[in-house]
Amino acid sequence: MDVSAISGEATMQAIDAEPILTVRGLQKSYNKLRVIKGVDLDLHRGEVLAIIGPSGSGKSTLIRCLNLLEVPTAGEIAYKGRRVENRFQSRGDNIGCGELRRHVGMVFQHFNLFPHKTVMQNICEGPIAVLKEPRAEVEARAMELLGKVGLLDKRDAYPNHLSGGQKQRVAIARALAMRPDVLLLDEVTSALDPELVGEVLQVIRLLAHDGMTMAIVTHEMAFAADVADRVAFIDGGVIAEVGTADTVIRSPASERLRAFLSRFNA
Amino acid sequence: MPYKWDFNTVLQYWDLFAWGLWLTFAYTFGSIVVGVVIGMIICFGRLSPFRFISGLSRAYQEVFRCTPLLVQLMWFYYALPLLIGVTIENYVAAMLTLSLYAGSFYSEIFRGGILSIDKGQTEAAKAIAMSDRQVMWRIIIPQAFKRVLPSFINQSVIQFKNTSLISVISVGELAYMAAVVNGQTYRPLEAFTIVALLYFVVLFPMTQAADYVEHRMRVSD
Repeated sequence: MDVSAISGEATMQAIDAEPILTVRGLQKSYNKLRVIKGVDLDLHRGEVLAIIGPSGSGKSTLIRCLNLLEVPTAGEIAYKGRRVENRFQSRGDNIGCGELRRHVGMVFQHFNLFPHKTVMQNICEGPIAVLKEPRAEVEARAMELLGKVGLLDKRDAYPNHLSGGQKQRVAIARALAMRPDVLLLDEVTSALDPELVGEVLQVIRLLAHDGMTMAIVTHEMAFAADVADRVAFIDGGVIAEVGTADTVIRSPASERLRAFLSRFNA
Repeated sequence: MPYKWDFNTVLQYWDLFAWGLWLTFAYTFGSIVVGVVIGMIICFGRLSPFRFISGLSRAYQEVFRCTPLLVQLMWFYYALPLLIGVTIENYVAAMLTLSLYAGSFYSEIFRGGILSIDKGQTEAAKAIAMSDRQVMWRIIIPQAFKRVLPSFINQSVIQFKNTSLISVISVGELAYMAAVVNGQTYRPLEAFTIVALLYFVVLFPMTQAADYVEHRMRVSD
């Protein structure tokens, strides 16, 4: 297991000294089932980290721990050096999940758009209700985001009138409307028809190009190799391999990873 | 010999029917309003993580759902005064019982509505940093409301008809008036037919309106 490569890789491009997110000794169990068995991870500003691995390896659980949708059983998460605590309000130097989630956005496999709100309202909900920003300002930004994801003409549509790919692009815009520092993407193309995957990946490529910090759980190996600065291979609840996309995906070290990857190249 | 209908005699007492109808409306509306408030409190009680609170709410629900309204009315009017040593006026007992009865059913309807909303909605709302309260009031309840509307209206229609039972403790609502008019005229067929028609004429448009509202609210589906 290549643990030494997890933090501060010399081969990486110039990055901030202090990571935005740090994870140390993270564990998550459901009753007796241990899903995450001790993960260390750093996410630096501007970095795109792809998390790959077989079903049930703990990828989604890991990424959901990063904004405390899953509460870790043990270990520590820090946001910009501030320890994350399992309570809503921040206290002292520690940061609560309320404040954490303002900075760390998430996009889900099943979109989870609010069906009773229009596209525009979905995007504006967070900034208006949570950040208490002025409506006019938020709506202007929402229009900009809709332009970016190519859905300006859908602003007044309800989610159930959109295709899967369109829904997911709205969900990305909704997360971006909070102006997060980090975006977590949890298998965002897995529920899509194959012909709709491309349009969503294109938006994510655009974000990566703009320097958005992202952690991406994905089964799209070609996409991961292409867009990610680093790739982490999760297997059995631990990070089994981590490194640049070139090393991990193009020249895997372990037999397990080779076997896993071979299934995608068939 | 075929029965000879005579509505004229009975309709001379139209003012009694009118008064009865008015009281039926008043008790229905009042008990629905109070019942909704009780229903919401008990619904959140059932959803509470505190065992004591959820258990107590559950006990209330089961007591009122699993005993007949008629028996509850008798109990509050005739039995409870013996227990507490204070006479309870019939209109107080009627309003109290109807509201508690409605509340027990409403609470279960509301709870079902809230639990029926996909967990992903809560997660998405939390992911944009909403507090639990915001998640509930901005995301879950508006969706649950829509889903609950048909059962809510159905239960309210039942509530309107259930007010007829308070006649047994001599509250002068519509069914009671039918009995009174029958006593005056010995024309039960006409008296009770008129009352049945009055109930129908009020409720049929309401169920139709409910269908319409439900249909209109489907725009986002």
